Amino acid sequence: MAIPFGTEQLSIYYGHFQAVKQISLAFPEASVTALIGPSGCGKSTFLRSLNRMNDEISGSRTEGHIWMDGKDLNEPGTDVIKLRQKIGMVWQKPNPFHKSIYNNIAFGPRYRGIKGKKALDEIVEKSLRRAALWDEVKDRLNESALSLSGGQQQRLCIARALSVDPQILLLDEPASALDPVSTGKVEELISELKKDLRIVIVTHNMQQAARISDYTAYFYLGSMIEHGDTEHIFTNPDNRLTQEYIMGRFG
Amino acid sequence: MEQTEGGTVMNSKIKSRRPLREKHFWEEWTGRIYTSICVVLLIVVMFSIVYFVASKGLSTFFKDGVSLSEFLFGKTWSPSSEPAAYGALPFITGSFTTTLLAALIASPLSLCAALFMTEIVPGKGKKILQPAIELLSGIPSVVYGFIGLSVIVPLLRSIFGGAGIGIAAGCLVLSVMILPTVTSIMADALSALPKGLRESSYALGATRWQTIYRVIIPTVLPALLTGIVLGMARAFGEALAVQMVIGNAPHVPTSLLESASTLTSVITLSMGNTTMGSVHNNALWSMALVLLVMTFVFVILVRLLERRNRV
Amino acid sequence: MKMKAKTVDKVATSIIVVLALFIVVLLLGLLGFILFRGVGQINWHFLTSAPQLLKGGGGIGPQLFNSIFLLILTLIITIPLGWGGGIYMAEYAKPGKITSFIRLVVEVLSSFPSIVIGLFGLLLIVNTFGLGFSLISGAMALAIFNLPLMVRTTEQAFRAVPKEQKEAGLALGLSKWKIITSILLPVALPSLITGTILASGRIFGEAAALMFTAGMSSPPLDFTDWNPTSPRSPLNPFRPAETLAVHIWKVNSEGIGPDSKEVAAGASAVLVILVLAFNLSARWIGRVVYRRMTASK
Repeated sequence: MAIPFGTEQLSIYYGHFQAVKQISLAFPEASVTALIGPSGCGKSTFLRSLNRMNDEISGSRTEGHIWMDGKDLNEPGTDVIKLRQKIGMVWQKPNPFHKSIYNNIAFGPRYRGIKGKKALDEIVEKSLRRAALWDEVKDRLNESALSLSGGQQQRLCIARALSVDPQILLLDEPASALDPVSTGKVEELISELKKDLRIVIVTHNMQQAARISDYTAYFYLGSMIEHGDTEHIFTNPDNRLTQEYIMGRFG
Repeated sequence: MEQTEGGTVMNSKIKSRRPLREKHFWEEWTGRIYTSICVVLLIVVMFSIVYFVASKGLSTFFKDGVSLSEFLFGKTWSPSSEPAAYGALPFITGSFTTTLLAALIASPLSLCAALFMTEIVPGKGKKILQPAIELLSGIPSVVYGFIGLSVIVPLLRSIFGGAGIGIAAGCLVLSVMILPTVTSIMADALSALPKGLRESSYALGATRWQTIYRVIIPTVLPALLTGIVLGMARAFGEALAVQMVIGNAPHVPTSLLESASTLTSVITLSMGNTTMGSVHNNALWSMALVLLVMTFVFVILVRLLERRNRV
Repeated sequence: MKMKAKTVDKVATSIIVVLALFIVVLLLGLLGFILFRGVGQINWHFLTSAPQLLKGGGGIGPQLFNSIFLLILTLIITIPLGWGGGIYMAEYAKPGKITSFIRLVVEVLSSFPSIVIGLFGLLLIVNTFGLGFSLISGAMALAIFNLPLMVRTTEQAFRAVPKEQKEAGLALGLSKWKIITSILLPVALPSLITGTILASGRIFGEAAALMFTAGMSSPPLDFTDWNPTSPRSPLNPFRPAETLAVHIWKVNSEGIGPDSKEVAAGASAVLVILVLAFNLSARWIGRVVYRRMTASK
């Protein structure tokens, strides 16, 4: 079953422990899919498997299919580095490189072979604009990225992920370490970005999920209990477990 | 999809059937091979050292026919007499005596320093002692030898008479040299203890000294011993500083204040004056082999202590 | 009973404090002695002229140069090898028997007495390889001596880099080696530099490993000849090169000449001052480098 982007019967094991149990989930074009659920239920593990980041953890094993553009990313022999070039990732804690703002963004494209100051300048500006950070940093591109505030650093990380023009953006609780104002900015830019990208976001914040996502999937103990339109999940979920979770977290 | 200068790169197939052309493939291999070579070199060097020293050192027994028991237990070292005697006991006892005595002197001092830094005046104490310890460890061993010769030897001479050189001078110099090593290991071990240990002892009404004596030291004893063993290893292998103050007489010492020798001191002194391949020379290599064997013994001791430390 | 415990506590505490502070006094005394005895000897003539062991009135010029040049040669060998080995241990080695074995090898190698390393150098480098008593032989012996520490320092420096940096690089589609060199190395660099400078202090003061490799003599040097292939050039790496530390030993043990005591004192003072300079500047330089690298890069 070749879908443009999604998983099919994906299971992830850490040694003998099965952290993710046979999940089949498609991510439609130009949309935001939120993954919600209690801590430790496999959401982040699942997210990380989409760009094969779990490979770095020794003892982990991924079974099933990850479809992208008709190819199975989980097939042995896949060029992992190549696939990661089409998928961007942002984490909870901002992790900009210890370099200048400019070089954080230009690093990825330079690695891909883009030379020439003009081309790189264009990419840097475009990425920073898409991340709603350009106006704040355009006069200090050569300063260290670490001189930015937490919220700015996170938008920088988003801009960095965008610099190589990915098709998919994976966000692992991108706003939970930020203050409310920065969180709002990040949510705003997610709503803008989804027009060109598929976005998958793991979040603990139910209101956030309800606000910005088009589709939601509820994870519990490694299984996906239910998924569907966000509005449907939050107002009238089919599964009792989903309902209990949502009721419990929503005042 | 955005067309950039690297457009083809961005839109290329994910599954590459030509990994050999990819930059990152070559980069990965460069990294792995380069770093692996460095590690392999380390291993080769270590084994080479053992092999070469052992083959030279063992040739005294297998090629030149010196008996092992004469070497290890013979008191007479006179390679140039007829017949030559190759008893290395003077040097073996010299090495062991200076090392053990140095450890005996340094350990209490180190323990006090470590306790000072972590228990008595934590924070400020560390600020005073830590730089002092680091500076002490920075002083080169020849300078310690020079100080030994200029200060300790005359001092011993004026207090005890005689020449001032000997085991006493040697172990005093060595004890100062190993002080930093022993202290830092002990201090690290003490800092790594969970605070709860001390607090529960105080809660039971114990004084600080009682806590130290009855609770803390027994708990970290393996780590403290590790520090002492590593200090001894350092002392055992020290060559120049010892050689300068020990006198270098090749006989088993009967007092702390008469000229003596260690394995390292005789090697330092005689290696340059013997011809490679002669029995005399080979016997010196056998002493180097003893040094090597002792290194392994110390490492094993430390490993055994570390196993007991996994409390 | 409680009275007795309190008294014991007080006595014990006093003993500990006295002995601990004694160490500080000891250090000050040692340093004071060396500097007091030796600093008076230090002048331009002393630092630049050749030794005159029989006549007196000479200096430590060639020996000082040899120490510095030898340090540079040693670093040229140890930095690539040590950093490479440390990177392997931090980034490529997987927990298991092989890695434990490598750790054991590094531990053993770091415990070898430096005189044994010097003897090994004599046997293999000086004799078998035929390089003779030379700067090259000494540099190789010192490299062996220094390698375990460099590997350990490098491994620690790389392990201290937050792993989020590596993850960000991986997600961007970079190869592991590119991540190591372009992302992790800059962050680890201050620690690496600090470690290298501290190691340099150790190398600078080392003598036992050099007696039988770099030799105990220095040929007459022509400091105007900078051609490394000419035999009188100070840059020729194949010539014997007595270093400052070895010279101190020689002057003390062979003690001929009218001013050998003063020469030894002066040389010791110079050596100690330089080594202390290495140790004290190590951390400061590391910090400076970090600031300059992250600000405009």
